[in-house]
Amino acid sequence: MDAVIESLPLYWNGFLRTLFLSVTSGVIALVLGTLLAAARVSPVAALRGFSMTYVEVLRNTPLTIAFFFAAIVLPRLGVKFEQFEVAAIIALSAYTAAFIAEAVRSGVNSVPVGQAEAARSIGMKFGQVLSLIILPQALRTVIPPLINILIALVKNSSVAGAFFVLELFGYGRQLANANGDQVMAVLLGVAFFYLLITIPLGILASTVERKVAIAR
Amino acid sequence: MSSVLYDVPGPKARRVSLIGSIVGTVLILGLLAWIVMTFAQQGILEGRRWAIFTRADVWMLLGNGIGATLSAAAVAAVIAFPLGLLLCLLRISDLPAIRIPTRIVLEFLRGMPVVLMMLFILLVFGTNQFIAVVAGLVLYNAAVFAEIIRAGIQSLPKGQREAGLTVGLTSFQSRMIIELPQAVRRMMPSLVAQLVVLLKDTSLGYIVAYGELLRAVQVMADFLGTQFLFPIFFVAAAIYIAINLCVSRIAVWIERRGSTKAAGGVAKAEPEPIEAAVP
Repeated sequence: MDAVIESLPLYWNGFLRTLFLSVTSGVIALVLGTLLAAARVSPVAALRGFSMTYVEVLRNTPLTIAFFFAAIVLPRLGVKFEQFEVAAIIALSAYTAAFIAEAVRSGVNSVPVGQAEAARSIGMKFGQVLSLIILPQALRTVIPPLINILIALVKNSSVAGAFFVLELFGYGRQLANANGDQVMAVLLGVAFFYLLITIPLGILASTVERKVAIAR
Repeated sequence: MSSVLYDVPGPKARRVSLIGSIVGTVLILGLLAWIVMTFAQQGILEGRRWAIFTRADVWMLLGNGIGATLSAAAVAAVIAFPLGLLLCLLRISDLPAIRIPTRIVLEFLRGMPVVLMMLFILLVFGTNQFIAVVAGLVLYNAAVFAEIIRAGIQSLPKGQREAGLTVGLTSFQSRMIIELPQAVRRMMPSLVAQLVVLLKDTSLGYIVAYGELLRAVQVMADFLGTQFLFPIFFVAAAIYIAINLCVSRIAVWIERRGSTKAAGGVAKAEPEPIEAAVP
């Protein structure tokens, strides 16, 4: 336990870094994912094709490969990063956006046909139908799965620790190497900080699912 | 489906859509051209760099990486599924003394990064990398399988259990003979989709130095020289994605084929509002 108590400031730093990575990538992924979902249901064939390819490829790409690409391959292609955090945020948000796009799309499909028909019959255009009628209802249905994706994002941010970003997992690995006799306590400490984010989010997801969901 | 969002396009809308498609295609081609140009400037497209794929030993090392990836995934899946069934049975037990501790364990396992579990097992129990990777995958995926099967059981019509109890089956018999078989069939697409997640997660073995595909890429690049990093990385990534796409297609195929043997049909493979296929 001594190692854990002595290194609390490190844990705290790692915790904040993990939060920062998750929140930044989460916001970028939400925007990108919603745009991809909109492209996926749009009347323009090229946009549909692009969005489908993006989602299919990224959803089937291991996160580690996405990180490897952003942190090791991109810099050799001339895309240099001042800090590795930028590479981590690119990998995490590009990867998560694909899952968000799928969730939002299934939400769009869950809105009854009559809603869109009614909107069209009073003369709304595609953009209006989508942004005023469909997306607000769809987003409400997909909040619980979106929270689940964000929980996965928090856990996925641990991969950044292996690519030179010192967040919770990265510090945990360092501390475990430095304190060979107290590995168990050190790693359980890391687990505690992850659970501090993921379990409340999980409870939030199930509460929202029960309360906000629209009865259809 | 998505077509409800707009009417069957008329001549004007078709023209707009055509222009949009052309602009989109030009933009995407432009992006591809830029990537190819950058590659060419870096000398990545030189034949010399790709010539390594004519060497048998390169393919053998890649094959070893693929073998290590697939064997870890296969062993983990074979252990995780029965364990998930067991955890599910404990999680829905009638006895709170069994149900509540199981729930806590499941929440704990699902709330932790898989790579942290791998590192924990590697360092605390001093196992080799293979066991650490497999055990990490088993612990996490058994918990997810348990939740998927539980969602399946809860989605069965209520009469299934009532009928079982009425004809004199015990609660356990009803679960085993009537509910579980239907729940597993019903959730088959989600279970296969979760297999993709499991397969993808074997790449976390890279971080704990397990010799899977990505580690094989790194080792070869270190050994042959970094100028070969790109060709090897791209081939390896393409292989990985192709394998995952195949498994994803199987999930969609099972979903399409459906099943008349499960009450309420077969669930969708795509992540629905329930817990299915957490990335």
